[in-house]
Amino acid sequence: MARLTIDRVTKAYGAFRALDDVSLEVRDGEFMAILGASGCGKTTLLRQIAGFDKVDAGRIVIGDTVVSSTERHIPPERRRIGIVFQSYALWPHMTVAENVAYGLTVAGVKEPERARRVAAALTLVELDGFAGRRPAALSGGQRQRVALARCLVTEPSLVLLDEPLANLDVHLRAAMEDEFARFHKRTGTTMVYITHDQAEAMALADRIAVMDRGRLLQVATPSQLYREPADETVANFIGEGMIVPVEVTSVDGDGTCWTAVVGHAVPMRCAKAQTPAKVARACLRASDLRIVDATGPGVRVRVDRAIYQGGFFRLETHVEAKPELLLHLTAPEPFQFAPGAALQLQIADGWVIPAATKD
Amino acid sequence: MTDAAGWRERFEDTALLWGLVGIVAILSVLPLARLLLEGIAPNGQFSTAALTHVLSSPTTWTATQHSLITAFGGTVVAVVIGSVVALIVALTDIRARNAFVFCFVLPLMIAPQVVALAWLQLFGPSSTLLKMIGMAPAMGSRNPLYSPEGIIALLGVQYSPLVFLTLRAGLRTLPQELVEAGLAAGAGPLKILRTIVLPLMTPPLVAGIALCFVSCLGNFGIPAFLGIPGNYLVLPTLIYQRLAGLGPSVLSEVAVLSVLIGIIAVGGIFLQDLMLRRRDFRITTTSNAMRPFELARWRGPVEAALWTLTVVVLVLPLLALVLTSLVPAIGVPLTGTSATLANYDYVLFEHAAAKRAFVNSFGMSATAAVVIVLIAVPLAYFLVWRRSRLLRILNLAAEMPYALPGVVLAIAAILVFLKPLPLLGISLYNTIWIILFCYIARFLVLGLRPVISGYYQLDRTLEEAAQIAGARLLRRLRTVILPLIAPAATAGALLIFLTAFNELTVSALLWSSGTETLGVVVFSFQQGGDSTYASALAVLTVAVTIALMLATLLTSGKLAQGVLPWRG
Repeated sequence: MARLTIDRVTKAYGAFRALDDVSLEVRDGEFMAILGASGCGKTTLLRQIAGFDKVDAGRIVIGDTVVSSTERHIPPERRRIGIVFQSYALWPHMTVAENVAYGLTVAGVKEPERARRVAAALTLVELDGFAGRRPAALSGGQRQRVALARCLVTEPSLVLLDEPLANLDVHLRAAMEDEFARFHKRTGTTMVYITHDQAEAMALADRIAVMDRGRLLQVATPSQLYREPADETVANFIGEGMIVPVEVTSVDGDGTCWTAVVGHAVPMRCAKAQTPAKVARACLRASDLRIVDATGPGVRVRVDRAIYQGGFFRLETHVEAKPELLLHLTAPEPFQFAPGAALQLQIADGWVIPAATKD
Repeated sequence: MTDAAGWRERFEDTALLWGLVGIVAILSVLPLARLLLEGIAPNGQFSTAALTHVLSSPTTWTATQHSLITAFGGTVVAVVIGSVVALIVALTDIRARNAFVFCFVLPLMIAPQVVALAWLQLFGPSSTLLKMIGMAPAMGSRNPLYSPEGIIALLGVQYSPLVFLTLRAGLRTLPQELVEAGLAAGAGPLKILRTIVLPLMTPPLVAGIALCFVSCLGNFGIPAFLGIPGNYLVLPTLIYQRLAGLGPSVLSEVAVLSVLIGIIAVGGIFLQDLMLRRRDFRITTTSNAMRPFELARWRGPVEAALWTLTVVVLVLPLLALVLTSLVPAIGVPLTGTSATLANYDYVLFEHAAAKRAFVNSFGMSATAAVVIVLIAVPLAYFLVWRRSRLLRILNLAAEMPYALPGVVLAIAAILVFLKPLPLLGISLYNTIWIILFCYIARFLVLGLRPVISGYYQLDRTLEEAAQIAGARLLRRLRTVILPLIAPAATAGALLIFLTAFNELTVSALLWSSGTETLGVVVFSFQQGGDSTYASALAVLTVAVTIALMLATLLTSGKLAQGVLPWRG
């Protein structure tokens, strides 16, 4: 178990900056998810932590050891970390037991200690009795667990998981998510989990680091990420937040404030340091919008599309007074407003996105 | 924490890479550089004497002219046969395709000198086969194959599979939609062939032509068997005659001749590059391979034509070879009473050089195959997964000894090893090691190419997982990469073994008493007029070759696909 410190790491391929001044602190025993769309740099970050690539600037520290910097590069062989690859990367010419034992053999662990630890690792992932099988004879979920056992048998200080559920079907995913969570609880290993799936990250991680175009946008707990996105990109990416222009009319100083959205007064949450502002932006969630009587206070919108999603409709609307402002919400069945119909929406809650600090 | 910075890992990486650079440099760069040096500075003294002497000799230009005529002629024959067969096999619905491909590619795997010997037994006044059917020409008449036309015909037969293989590989990547779009536009099959298929197949066709030209140019066995008796010399046989007749004293002269043939070969390769650079042939779509054209009522006749071709170019010559190997002496008709196995008995158990040649050829081919695989697996690791400018040059260097004609490498090796090795004080000249050295240098690329394509099909995370588990490079190569690359490496090793086993060009120039190869002994028998012994020995080598090829068909699945040309 160890702390992982990523300190102002930059990695460029030609003119393309795959990692741009990324800093991240993963605490000892923490489950950290790194979340981003494909091409955001999360896999590049994983390859720097593992040591497959050399950093262009900055440094990476595992425990107390600097493993990557411009002066020093410890090869992956010596980093004592574990990786679960997206493809599992099980060696097809070895049995399950041989796959799991490999790292121990390399480290010079002798029999019977080796056999004992292999058996214990297989028990941990509930694969007793599979020791003699070849990877080709296993199901996707079983392969996944062999990969996990192989990576944990050497008791690495840090485990990296590269989209480990991407190749599994939906049902298996849920089961494996549980497995990872239990696993992390039992072993207490520091884990860095790379994924593009926010539901997965939310379900598993202690904290989530959101990446976009080689930059780290926000590191926060899942709930904080959802409720208090640091900027518009995060707000938009996580839970399909809607960005609306607001005026912050008054602040209470305890993290709440009053705002005006298209002339409609709405109480919102905000940063404690938030000051009244003529021009600000807020993040709204679909669940913050409620359909009220046409006479009640609220914003008047027109329905563009109503998409049936099983038991409820997703309504896509635009604000009548400001047609470029799009809002979406869900409405339970039965619902019979045709496109073009007018609705009155009450905004119950929102989060004022802090103004970008200039550095 | 000692060694935390990983200097051992870095040392292992660097040492392995530079070790491989050193090996390839010794195998390729050193001999070729030494050869070039000899051309301008014989025996280390700058002098144009040898150069002037060779270039002003009419023999040189006659041989060059003969080389160009036979190489061009052979290429034309090979391209016509090879491309027609490739189009039929790849694009139409003929039956028994795999059996036909096996038979059609077979001449490529049989030694050129054996092909030549077999054809010689098919024609001519003493042909056992023609005698049996009473069609032998009158005694004393000339075998029609002892002529430039004979050389061209046999070069064409020998190398038409090369054109066939490159063109078929190209046809396999031809997207179905391109042809279907043509059909939908109302074009008939022949129009599609002319306007869509052939234009798109220019790159493989040109590559096949270049490969075929260079192979014809460098071929020694066929012009040696068919040209030397009629004193029709090409550059490789001229070099051989000079060296065999006068010994190492003419090394500077034959070095110039080798450079000359090397330049012609490089010219051929360069021309190919030039032709392909003028247009963009990249295919933009990828999809399933084409559905074969239905030949309908033409299928029977087309199949009959293909199998007739097989009978003419493969079955009849081999039959003639077998029949000659069964008669007690050349000219004696084969009957139930005259048939004998005495020739086999002689070459297998009595003739000392023939017996040695079996051991030498088996031993050197197997050793070369194993050594090359051991070089190719780490070399390809760097070539595929650690690309750099140095490695691109290394790849080119590894290709050179095979791309250039065999005589070039052989003469270069003599120049390097004639004098005792520095420090060790022993000379490899006239030993078996110089032949083995040339086999490893020349056939390295035959092992390297399949291993490289094996790496491209390998998921790199399999290696990275081993790296994360703490395994250093050598252990990863041994425990993870070698087992996974083994199917490709084994197929490559087989190809090396078969090629070296049937080899003559290099060993004809490098052998000495005690280091004969099978090719050399067949050649010596034939030159001494012992066609029956030569035929018996040739039949045995063909039997070994075909047996090994058939054995690979039985191991389907264990060996990598697309390496062994005779496997459909």
